[in-house]
Amino acid sequence: MKPVMPERHYLNDNYGIRSWLFTKDHKRIAILYLFSVTFFFLIGGVFASLIRLHLLTPNGELFEADTYNKLFTMHGVNMVFFFLIPSVPAVLGNFLMPIMVGTKDLAFPKINLLSWYLYMAGGTFSMAAMVSGGVDSGWTFYAPLSSGYLKTHVIMLAVGVIIAGFSSIFTGLNFIVTVHRMRAPGMTWGRLPLFVWSNYAASLIMILGTPVIAITLILLALERGFHIGIFDPKLGGDPVLFQHMFWFYSHPAVYIMILPGMGVISEIVPCFSRKRIFGYSFVAFSSIAIAVFGFVVWAHHMFVAGISVYSALVFSLLSYAVAIPSAVKVFNWTATMYKGSIEMSTPMLYAMAFIGLFTIGGLTGLFLAALGLDVHIHDTYFVIAHFHYVMVGGMVTAYLGGLHFWWPKMTGKMYPEPPAKLAALITFIGFNLTFFPQFILGYMGMPRRYWAYPPEFQVLNVLSSAGASILAVGFILPLLYFAWSLKYGEVAGDNPWHATGLEWETSSPPPTHNFHHMPIVTKEPYAYGEGEEVPVVH
Amino acid sequence: MSTSQATTTEHPALAHQFDSMEQQQDASTFGMWVFLLTEIMMFGGLFTAYLIYRIKYYPAFVAGSTSISVSWGFANTLVLIGSSFTMAMAVWAAQKGKRNAQVWFLIGTMVLGAVFLGVKAKEYYDKFDECHIPGHVIGKGFNSWGGCSATDKSLGNIAEEIRHGNPSTPEVSAEQTAKQTEIFFSFYFAMTGLHAFHMLIGMGLLSWLTLRAKRGDFGPAYYTPVELGGLYWHFVDIVWIFLFPLLYLISRHQHGV
Amino acid sequence: MQLNFPIFPEQASSVAGQVDALYLFLVLIATFFSLLVAILILFFAIKYRRTPERKAEQIHGSTLLEIVWTVIPLGISMVIFVWGAVLYYHMERPPQNALEIYGVGKQWMWKFQHPGGQREINALHVPTGRPVKVTMISQDVIHSFFVPAFRIKQDVLPNRYVFTWFTATQPGTYHLFCSQYCGTKHSGMVGEVVAMNPDDYATWLASGKAEGSLASLGEKAFQQYGCTTCHRPDSGARGPNLEGLYGRPVRLTDNRVVLADDNYIRESILEPNAKVVSGFQSIMPTFRGVVSEDEIIAITEYIKHLAPQEANPLNNRSAPTQIRDSEVPNIQRQNEQQQKTEQGKKPANPAGKKP
Repeated sequence: MKPVMPERHYLNDNYGIRSWLFTKDHKRIAILYLFSVTFFFLIGGVFASLIRLHLLTPNGELFEADTYNKLFTMHGVNMVFFFLIPSVPAVLGNFLMPIMVGTKDLAFPKINLLSWYLYMAGGTFSMAAMVSGGVDSGWTFYAPLSSGYLKTHVIMLAVGVIIAGFSSIFTGLNFIVTVHRMRAPGMTWGRLPLFVWSNYAASLIMILGTPVIAITLILLALERGFHIGIFDPKLGGDPVLFQHMFWFYSHPAVYIMILPGMGVISEIVPCFSRKRIFGYSFVAFSSIAIAVFGFVVWAHHMFVAGISVYSALVFSLLSYAVAIPSAVKVFNWTATMYKGSIEMSTPMLYAMAFIGLFTIGGLTGLFLAALGLDVHIHDTYFVIAHFHYVMVGGMVTAYLGGLHFWWPKMTGKMYPEPPAKLAALITFIGFNLTFFPQFILGYMGMPRRYWAYPPEFQVLNVLSSAGASILAVGFILPLLYFAWSLKYGEVAGDNPWHATGLEWETSSPPPTHNFHHMPIVTKEPYAYGEGEEVPVVH
Repeated sequence: MSTSQATTTEHPALAHQFDSMEQQQDASTFGMWVFLLTEIMMFGGLFTAYLIYRIKYYPAFVAGSTSISVSWGFANTLVLIGSSFTMAMAVWAAQKGKRNAQVWFLIGTMVLGAVFLGVKAKEYYDKFDECHIPGHVIGKGFNSWGGCSATDKSLGNIAEEIRHGNPSTPEVSAEQTAKQTEIFFSFYFAMTGLHAFHMLIGMGLLSWLTLRAKRGDFGPAYYTPVELGGLYWHFVDIVWIFLFPLLYLISRHQHGV
Repeated sequence: MQLNFPIFPEQASSVAGQVDALYLFLVLIATFFSLLVAILILFFAIKYRRTPERKAEQIHGSTLLEIVWTVIPLGISMVIFVWGAVLYYHMERPPQNALEIYGVGKQWMWKFQHPGGQREINALHVPTGRPVKVTMISQDVIHSFFVPAFRIKQDVLPNRYVFTWFTATQPGTYHLFCSQYCGTKHSGMVGEVVAMNPDDYATWLASGKAEGSLASLGEKAFQQYGCTTCHRPDSGARGPNLEGLYGRPVRLTDNRVVLADDNYIRESILEPNAKVVSGFQSIMPTFRGVVSEDEIIAITEYIKHLAPQEANPLNNRSAPTQIRDSEVPNIQRQNEQQQKTEQGKKPANPAGKKP
């Protein structure tokens, strides 16, 4: 029997621009986020391409130094604050969290909409800063450079980031309350999908870490505007304090970015292996462990910044503590595939790429946490390669995997499988070609944020730029076939992957209030292998 | 399968995503607590920075602290505690369904909040008048609009204060300390400013609550917004309960003032 | 474009080999685990690919396995931690006999000054086979002193001295990078470190046009700014006697005991009332904005070379004799060692003697 589109669903429940801009439906807000996040990803991607294009030659021939500095600043800000942090939580999380826990909406739909507006307002400020001449502070805003020396619109950009931060706080708040108070009957903590667990852990960081970056940037902006002397030593302040406060948020923020991605992988791998997740509780609690440990490792960004030897020792030790739960996850995903019945569809390809690339990204983190070695590779391309392996190889891959996995649920249409597989392959190859050479470059000693570099680094840079062009193709392809599928894609049906989980028990796309009948949960999550039947829904 | 709520008549304020009023109130209160946690982290960052610099520039922080008015600060503390009381009463009145009482208690709370902000404005005015402002001497931020020229008016009177407290302090040293008090004033303005900003938001919330209370929205079955407004208002008061001693009180014994 | 491009940096310092050893160990670990995971995933994906005949075998998990793959990574990472920490500790402790060179970073250049007074810009000449300690400060924003061939890096902060040290092993010319983003010409804040045989280094030093040793420059500045008016060795002096001060513990008015190191001396010049020596009034005016970073360095060097008085000094109110041994058990001993090495150096710097 060929699946048919449901008659009424959240997309056709109402029409017109107002029905979107004033919607309180978490699914529609997720779609709003999908478009805006994609927009900022493309902008950030253009900057990245220009950076790689510029670095083809060693003597800085394409752009002026100032322009180059603005490019990497805006690339970083766009990607970190306007793509990576909201991507999985605000798009996939917004869409899926209420459905996965079995409720009609997030706890505070108006606040959810507000959070999108705040995100857009923050984005507008950052775009305004970009259009009105750009900012060259680096996404890290280090004082006293940014507070007392630069002539660009640092305050405008900082305000943009602060506002976007509140958007992230409200998203986190909504998720936490929804998970605590809105679970369907029978949806115990032990039955929560791992995607919910990891978004919950990320939400903890959002609500506890983000206010600290807000106050830090407020102080930075005040110092820049009114010379209040908190960070600039000329005015009596301490620039290292800025770094402490900045990384107190920005290190945990790395886990805001990666944890939801891990959640996506924990959904995809069992589904395409037709197996229960291996060690459910270990995968679930490792998310919480990462969130907790993530808060006590920030100074590992500062081993050469002039902190005391002893605090460096403590922070190095704690940094290894956060590596263990990540390793536990990787092993559990691998073990889940063992003796499964594996189908290599596109989401699974992305998930496998994630596991491999995240492993490399995580292991190179061990290099950076090793004190004596970090002295050499700190602030070099080794760091760049490391966090791109985690952020692009990990998070972007997970985001794309998740988008393919839930695309039929979100739109009711299937994307075309052959170009999707091709895109996954191109992304994987392009990614490795772009970033693997940067590990070598970094160990060779090429510092980051260099507009020009010694000629002996050119070969590796050219390799990296070549890879970037392939990677760009890999990212553009999904854009095309996703758009194509909206009109021409096959009707997906409620559960094209025969997956478990409440989101697959409602229609695709789901009705405005998510379920035709409110669910009662009676089974463990990932109850694969019990025939192809799905948990009882009334 | 829909649970049993269908049997009871639904309160008009019940949002569609909740099953029952209890769940709605429970979730909303929990959400407010989570939000307050966020606020604690935000103020916490500022408090930490304050404590670090207090240790680093101890004499200057003593001098700066001595220069602000304890009596106004104390008066404001009383005003805020009073406003917390009226706020608590407003919540009680809402719970009991006393419509007029809630409106009056809410208005009372707003009046006290306004008094607080008025006193704060007066204190700010005094600080500007005395040129006790950040970025005046070592920076140049407020020069143009504080009316403080480069004359060492502020330095002069703070230095005098320092020497008054401890006559053995030589003039040069007193002046150096006086310059460092700017960092104290940076924190003074940043911390009380952020607090006052929260008060303003609180006043906005209260006006909205008053309108709704007047309309008769709240009663024993539904008073969550008033309760949450109260939680927020009490939190802002508690922040002040920490700010007052940190900024006004704890260094005073140094001078026996 | 070169076709023979290097993929490993030169090893030119005493720690380079040790850093590389740790690096290679980690490369080994990382390769092993990456391959392990990659091979397992691919192997499972092929071996257990979906067929109509086979069904997945349900396995809930295994606590034993979880413990194994928690404990093994933990053990390995503890090995890495200890290895890295020991190496770092070594890299953060300069040997006592190190040759001391001063550096100032500013947007966008490096300035170095040798004890003999020779100045260099964007270049640093050092002898091989001898530890060199570079004490640095920034005039503006944060910079970072990075010599890849030596495997060392240190952020250079404004308002505070930081140091790094190395022993060059191979004569040659190596890159010096600023690795902390510092504004427009961040990538132009580069230079070279030239490691030379000790003989060549001596020749180079001799050819340098120094206006006099660093200490003698410091002495000039010391007199020019009128420091001698108060900082005198006699008992009526209004300021503490600076002879033999460097490297000693000093008791302050609030009874704290601090070590008189570079940062202390610098702070005392710029923020005289921050740490006032016990028994003295804080009457010294600040020299912020008056004296340059270069001059502070020279004055510090001069103070280092002020000999401790043999006889009972008249103005000894800051002398360490007032500090009980129990308070600072080790400082005294370090101090003696330091004096010995300083005495060894003295003949080379006659100008540094007390006037």
